[in-house]
Amino acid sequence: MTVQEIVAKRGNARENLLQILHDLQDSTEGNYLRREDVEVLAREMLLSVSDIVGTATFYTMFSLKPRGRHIIRLCESPPCYIMGEENIREAIREKLGIDFGETTADGLFTLEPSSCLGSCGVAPVMMIDDELYGNLTRDKVGRILDGIAAREPLAAGA
Amino acid sequence: MAKPRAYIMVPVDADTVIIGAREVKSRFSAELGRRGLADEVRVLEVGSFGPTNAGVIAAVQPDGVVYGRLTPADVPGIVEEHFVKGRICGRYVLPREYPPEVPSDDDARRTQQVGRVVLDNCGRIDPERIEEYIAGEGYFALGRAVGEMTPAQVLDVVEKSGLRGRGGAGFPTGRKWRFCASAPGDVKYVICNADEGEPGTFKDRLIMEGDPHKVLEGMALCGYAIGARMGYVYIRGEYKLSIERMQKAIDQAREYGLLGKGLFGSAFDFDVDIKIGAGAYVCGEETALIESMEGKRGLPRLKPPFPAQCGYLCKPTNVNNVETLAAVPAILRHGADWFRSMGTEGTPGTKVYTVLGHVNRPGLIEVQAGITLREILNDYAGGMASGTFKMAHLGGTAGEILGAEMLDVPMDYDAMQKVGHVLGSGAILIMNESVGINDYLDACMRFFKHESCGNCNPCRNGLHALCGITGRLKAKEGYPGDVALMEELVMSLKTVAFCPLGQSPAGPVMSALRYFRAEVEAGVDPTRVRPKPAHSHLEKVELGV
Ligand SMILES: Cc1cc2nc3c(=O)[nH]c(=O)nc-3n(C[C@H](O)[C@H](O)[C@H](O)COP(=O)(O)O)c2cc1C
Ligand code: SF4
Ligand code: FES
Ligand code: FES
Repeated sequence: MTVQEIVAKRGNARENLLQILHDLQDSTEGNYLRREDVEVLAREMLLSVSDIVGTATFYTMFSLKPRGRHIIRLCESPPCYIMGEENIREAIREKLGIDFGETTADGLFTLEPSSCLGSCGVAPVMMIDDELYGNLTRDKVGRILDGIAAREPLAAGA
Repeated sequence: MAKPRAYIMVPVDADTVIIGAREVKSRFSAELGRRGLADEVRVLEVGSFGPTNAGVIAAVQPDGVVYGRLTPADVPGIVEEHFVKGRICGRYVLPREYPPEVPSDDDARRTQQVGRVVLDNCGRIDPERIEEYIAGEGYFALGRAVGEMTPAQVLDVVEKSGLRGRGGAGFPTGRKWRFCASAPGDVKYVICNADEGEPGTFKDRLIMEGDPHKVLEGMALCGYAIGARMGYVYIRGEYKLSIERMQKAIDQAREYGLLGKGLFGSAFDFDVDIKIGAGAYVCGEETALIESMEGKRGLPRLKPPFPAQCGYLCKPTNVNNVETLAAVPAILRHGADWFRSMGTEGTPGTKVYTVLGHVNRPGLIEVQAGITLREILNDYAGGMASGTFKMAHLGGTAGEILGAEMLDVPMDYDAMQKVGHVLGSGAILIMNESVGINDYLDACMRFFKHESCGNCNPCRNGLHALCGITGRLKAKEGYPGDVALMEELVMSLKTVAFCPLGQSPAGPVMSALRYFRAEVEAGVDPTRVRPKPAHSHLEKVELGV
């Protein structure tokens, strides 16, 4: 969807900004808010660019930088932490060579820290895109990541 | 179609989707279809039963058999044995205590329902079918309220029931509604706070996933009582399944005329929409939540004015937690006295907890307010999974840490207050001796630091400094004086931080010191010398390096 289409669908009242940013980010390759789009959006909503950028950067789910095709959100809140979150972070680092805030060279994965994902009954937990994965172990993380990569024969750069 | 002879209930929630609940469910449907049993045995998708470590579950009713840890490959065997040959498949049956909430017959069902107010339907009905909610007297309270009661009468019942907010603060719900009802203005809003960001808390998610109509009915009752025609559910962006189920519930309720114009043929209009958050813990705070709903940064507002006077779009607004609203329909159906007959004097009713950490059966429970931590740990959570009990963190990260001395204090708002603690949001994180207190405190401070909205200086810089201290203590590299500095910092934050987020580090830190001071102090290295700050007038400002 283009910026105009999204604004037409949601309405250009300020209250709709978060929903619009969600829509915009979801429909942008690279899972982020492009500067050009934000500028158009600012005009459509009669807001300043800095106001929109300020709002977007407040929330962890929005990004102003291109991200990988799949976003790994690893929960590092205390309940996951005591169940071994650091081992999982380490396993991802070993497997993909990325730490928090980084994207793999092939553009497939971005790793981000997250606060509690509300699934602490199965801690430690991560979310990849819209899917949750719980009771994580080093092995399991490896298998999950392999599974996702295998479904993506064409890496983003190809 | 003939009445089915049996139902297979498969709890599908975010935890079980991960491990293949949907596949198991569709495999059951396919197998039954293949054997021509589709009319006789119905497969239902239901909400969580409670425990989170029993794998994919399938409960067969009325047989009262609960199979667990299933994979799709197990399904043909079970269908063959149980439904074709009529023999229970012992291999997959969960031990009796799993899950404690599944009723085996009608009697059990009745007694269970006495004990459950909010979760009575969770795991029993298909949350995606409004008919099942209605069949269990759903929307009955709303119909009666709108048809036979005045808004003031509804308010009275809620006030008399003694219901207290389940979002953490325990504020009396009736009184809150009254503020909003008496505020001038004819446009008012009901907001259901489903931001649930407190680490260790996931009850609201399971309520929305398991029984979304109850939340809607509670919101409509609130709307009727306070004079609002519009409600919003603010759901955090990460809760995909909750968003999906709530949306479906709203659509169905509209279809049935249970939301929209002129409910039950009266002049009362009420509709509900969903607002989606985007990842910020502070947005659970009600004024920050309102700012966020208005499309802005989620910065807490200065109070007063309170939301009851100037809330969403500066209209009188009532904000309640999901669990609070979900308790309302039952209160109106059975009356205030019924509700008061459960729980304790100061905290009537039941309380939903999420129990997690080093226990045998982590998960969701609903118990009478006032039972002790020991009972929860042993009777509901199946005891320690490993090691011995060291501490419990109640109410999420912003809550307080309790040592073993507190295992026998009743868990209600007032009894907790008497021993100098707060009950909080419902999370109970149980930890064994493998968790070091400094390591744990550091994780807590890092959480707050990450979630500080940055609007006020004490919280923004104070948490940075606190993380510096806890990081050093964790590494056993604390400077002499670090513990005193940490105390001073959290206590001054408690006084001067703008909103409760910045005030809350005092909870875990001071309670940890109450029970584990020696262990905290062991993180100090007496030989280290604190570097002099570059500017002497900043002597007291620990820069966290
Ligand atoms: C930092 C912070 C986070 C909060 N998060 C939540 C939350 O996720 N859900 C919630 O219901 N209340 C949360 N609250 C409490 C709300 O501000 C508010 O008290 C509550 O929604 C009122 O509902 P109740 O009266 O039904 O408890 C939070 C408060 C603070 C200070
Ligand atoms: S105390 Fe913290 S979270 Fe609250 S307003 Fe200040 S900076 Fe923001
Ligand atoms: S603490 Fe990690 S999901 Fe809740
Ligand atoms: S601008 Fe105010 S202190 Fe820097």
